[in-house]
This record gives sequence, C-alpha cells and structure tokens, in this order.
Amino acid sequence: MGGLVATVSLPDLATFLVAAVILVGGALGVVLGRNPVHAALSLVATLLAVAVLFVEENAQFLAAVQIIVYTGAIVVLFLFVIMLLGIDRRERALVDQFRGQRFVALGLGALVLAEVLLLGTGHWTTGAHATTGALNRPLSNVAQLGRAIFTTYLLPFEITSALLVVAVVAAVVLARRFDAPHDDERTLEGDPAGDAGDESEVAGR
Amino acid sequence: MTIDGSWYLALAAVLFTIGAVGVLVRRNVLVMFMCIELMLNAANLTFVTFSRELNDIGGQVAVFFVLVVAAAEVVVGLGIIVAIYRHRVGATADDPHELRG
Repeated sequence: MGGLVATVSLPDLATFLVAAVILVGGALGVVLGRNPVHAALSLVATLLAVAVLFVEENAQFLAAVQIIVYTGAIVVLFLFVIMLLGIDRRERALVDQFRGQRFVALGLGALVLAEVLLLGTGHWTTGAHATTGALNRPLSNVAQLGRAIFTTYLLPFEITSALLVVAVVAAVVLARRFDAPHDDERTLEGDPAGDAGDESEVAGR
Repeated sequence: MTIDGSWYLALAAVLFTIGAVGVLVRRNVLVMFMCIELMLNAANLTFVTFSRELNDIGGQVAVFFVLVVAAAEVVVGLGIIVAIYRHRVGATADDPHELRG
C-alpha cells in the first residue's frame, strides 16, 4: 500500500476516512449489538458509508441504487420482519452448538484479516485493462452502465427478470398460511373471549 | 488525485471479515442475515474498486447484478424466516435443527 497522505487531496482523504470510520463502526454495531433493531440501524450506517465510497469512486448510479434498494427496501424489510414477528427478544447467546465456537470464529477472522492485509503489501490489481468497455469520460456513468447492460450483458439482464419473478412467487408461497382455516377459527374464538375477560375485569373493579 | 485503490480493497477486506465473524458468532437468524449483507457489500466495494483500477465498466455491471440478487435473496430468506418462526418462540439459529417436513 502506497503512501496515503502524500499524493491525495484533502477533501478526498477526509471523505474516505470519515466514510471508512462510519463503515467499520456500523459493521461492528451490526455484529455486537444486542438488539436486532439497533443492528438494523447500524446496517443502514454501513450501507450509506458504502454509497459514499461509491460516489468517491465515480460510480454515481450504483450509489443511488445502493441507497434506494438497500437502505430503502431491504433494511425496511428487515425492520418489518423484526417488528411483525417480535423477534427482538434476547438470543440464547451463551449456548454454543459447538464448544468454543466463537473463539474459533474470532481466530479464523483474525487469520483472514492478517492474510488479506499481508497481500496488501504487494500489488493488488493485476489483469487486463478495459476488456468490456472503458470508463471514458465524455459519457456519463449512467449512460455507460446502461449501454453495457443492454448490449454486452443483455442475456444476464433478462435472466435477472426471471429471477425476480421466481423470488416473488417464492415469497408468496412461503408467506402463505397452510393451516389458514384452523388459525382463523382459533383467532375468532380467542378474541371475543379475551375482550370479554377484559370487560369483566374492568367491571369487577 | 484520488485515494489509491488498495485502501478501498483493505477496507472491503475488513468489512468482509467483520461480516464473516458475525455470521459465525451470532445466533440470531436476522442478525446473521444482516452479516451476510455486510459481506455482499464488501464484495460490491471490491468490484467497484477493481472497475476503477482496471478502467472497465464490467465491475459496476457485476455490482448491479449483485444488488438484484441480494434483493431477491432477502425476500426469499425473510419469507423462510417468517415461515419458520411464525409458531416458534425465539429467533435462535440452533432451534430448528430438526429439519423434518
């Protein structure tokens, strides 16, 4: 890794450092947070920091999509599930399926990090330059991306639409209650009884 | 001049490591899922960095597809989680270890 400070302009450096701090802090918040809602909000911080880094790397369209899709749709979906199911109870964090699992996990994580940072002393980027389309300046980022997707990557793009249809069908099938009549009867029987109980309690006072 | 690409790659490596350790350490299914999203974002950051370094739009196209697949994955995964935990008490990953139909 070359010198960070020597050749870089101050705004770029400040943007990168602030985004990096928010990114790592948010990621640690996801892992260490006890409450799943706090973890989801930390995830938002991380995703926004990644969007800032995308802008810093001249990928403006991806930054916008990152904010719209990830923080606008995916995290909201996470929060919906957390709040609808009420899965904000404490997990049984101390019960490990395998003995010493978390120490092994931390050791493996440290090993991966050390390996990657060791590789960082050499050259990171090797390979052919601009095989599918150069990032030439006159064209805007959106125009370039659209041109690549609708010419070179047209078939994967079409397959993506099939994937989305499959995902929608799967979500509908998975979310369906298979024992719907039974559940409806139970809730119909259960609710008036509960209300009556409350009323009698109030009347008793 | 902009930041050297290796710094972005190192940052993405840190992010990926945090996500991987989170998947291994946490037992809450939803938090494990969020850690998978962290790892996907680390991969996206790497793709964009290589796209800039190699002067090639292909990396950004790959990120576009990763975003689509991540959205589909989250929809299906959260559907599975809702289906499993509708009649269960907790959200611990080791509870549904008996996979009977």
